Amino acid sequence: MIQLLGRRLIGWVDERFPLSKLWNEHLAHYYAPKNFNFWYYFGSLALFILANQIITGIWLTMNYTPTAEEAFGSVEYIMREVPWGWLLRYLHSTGASFFFIVIYLHMFRGILYGSYQKPRELVWLIGMFIFLCLMAEAFFGYLLPWGNMSFWGAQVITSLFSAIPFVGESLVEWIRGDYNVTGVTLNRFFALHVVAVPLVFVGLVGFHLLALHEVGSNNPDGIEIKKLKNEAGVPLDGIPFHPYYTVKDIAGLAGFLIIFCAVVFFIPDMGGFFLESPNFEPADPLKTPTHIAPVWYMTPYYAILRAIPDKLAGVIAMGASIGVWFLLPWLDRSSVKSIRYRGLLYKGALSLFVVSFLCLGYLGANPPTPTLVVLARIFTGIYFLFFLLMPVYTTLDKVKPVPERVHYS
Amino acid sequence: MDTQEMDGSRRRFLTATASVIGGVGIAAASFPFLASWAPSVKARALGAPVEVDISKIEPGQKITVAWRGQPIFVVHRTREELDSLSLVTTHLRDPSSQESQQPAYADNLYRSIKPDILVLVGICTHLGCVPLFKPEVASVEAGWEGGFFCPCHGSKYDLAGRVYKGVPAPFNLTVPPYKYVKDTLLLIGEDTVA
Repeated sequence: MIQLLGRRLIGWVDERFPLSKLWNEHLAHYYAPKNFNFWYYFGSLALFILANQIITGIWLTMNYTPTAEEAFGSVEYIMREVPWGWLLRYLHSTGASFFFIVIYLHMFRGILYGSYQKPRELVWLIGMFIFLCLMAEAFFGYLLPWGNMSFWGAQVITSLFSAIPFVGESLVEWIRGDYNVTGVTLNRFFALHVVAVPLVFVGLVGFHLLALHEVGSNNPDGIEIKKLKNEAGVPLDGIPFHPYYTVKDIAGLAGFLIIFCAVVFFIPDMGGFFLESPNFEPADPLKTPTHIAPVWYMTPYYAILRAIPDKLAGVIAMGASIGVWFLLPWLDRSSVKSIRYRGLLYKGALSLFVVSFLCLGYLGANPPTPTLVVLARIFTGIYFLFFLLMPVYTTLDKVKPVPERVHYS
Repeated sequence: MDTQEMDGSRRRFLTATASVIGGVGIAAASFPFLASWAPSVKARALGAPVEVDISKIEPGQKITVAWRGQPIFVVHRTREELDSLSLVTTHLRDPSSQESQQPAYADNLYRSIKPDILVLVGICTHLGCVPLFKPEVASVEAGWEGGFFCPCHGSKYDLAGRVYKGVPAPFNLTVPPYKYVKDTLLLIGEDTVA
């Protein structure tokens, strides 16, 4: 009886809204390759963290005050006096760092298995725009506690625009809305952080999924499963996303939550990496912290900025270090997608790149002593050569034959 | 008349003109949104000039005052410090202040109205950190004649705020507009020219 009523209700809705159609296209009849491994958790985990950031963010705005006079105090108020406020804030701040961990792993998965190659260039491009949104969101959000590192971080990053010839200085004033980073800047960053960027972010995530479901997921073998289908038109190596991958992703989420909660409850500041200690002091426009470092997820680009002894060139290099990712689908000339079938040349180049990226991250978090600056220059060189030489070494690389069907290994 | 053939060129013309006019409308409508980001009347009022009493600054001493939310350094330089300015010239990027980082009345060797009193915006021209005042000889590196050192990215300036070569900062430290109201009273943010 209830089942019948339910079916009639769905039928009523389906005549007016494509409910079953959406469910089938994106879940029940969306065929994903059956050989997804560990690396395929990070997409759904990123969605989970996005939800966490939005929900905890809404609750934080209920007690946060975006003015220069009260911002720092209102964060302390959330931490000490709002019931469960400390948990909401730590979920949000830890979520920010984990968002980057998960997204970096998600992007690395794409690189390992060539998921940006034809026909998934737009999936990659939209993903890169999401990454830009994520960095903007993290930057605007970092000013809001109005601690001294918040203030000086915003000071340094907004100053980057002054490197632009002729209009730079007035552009910086326009961005800050004052002659310096002040409460005016704080207020507008708040608006951008809680309304503007999240709207764009969620929209882009929708496009990312639509583009992915249009072309179908790649897999660790880099084989197009749509090439071999049965009589019903279902890919031989495909399984419905629901229930197979929904269940698998929930298991992955459980594992993730164990690590995430351990950080939230036991080391939410991660020894100064997730929450920096100068930020426990209110913003002071007359006193720069002795050592300014961005939060860990921005340090590789910051190291590149510092490695170059010219302001404009440094800013351009930093912009290029992120911009060059957009070109990845066209720089890779390899005939295979997955790392499994690539040759030593590509594997060597990728390993060098990973080492450089991690070392730049370390260097950007530390003061620029002369030795470290030289190292930063070397790694900056490798970082860019990985991309610039990619058309060459992916063409020369000796690839292995790719099988017809996916396999597990 | 509905059986008449569609006039393609007429339709293209109408579509193009409508798009252009619509585009102009959108551009005009977006102006207030963009212009709204400029400093407000209140922010500009808070950026009014400030008076600084310099009678209490001992030779060799530096004080910091706030103008427009920015740190302003006022340094009372000693005779030796002034003499050191000509020693470092070859290490500087812009020793004779070619770039317009100072008002005309401070466009001299000392970059100040009165040689001993230096007034600077204490913001590194690289990325806006506050440089440290390091007047002691050899306090930053061997051969250091005194000056300002930015802890963020290692930019160096001499005791007139002139930038060294080989550091990330592109320009000399800015000299703000200022004037003497009395012999020992500075007004920062306003000069007789403006």
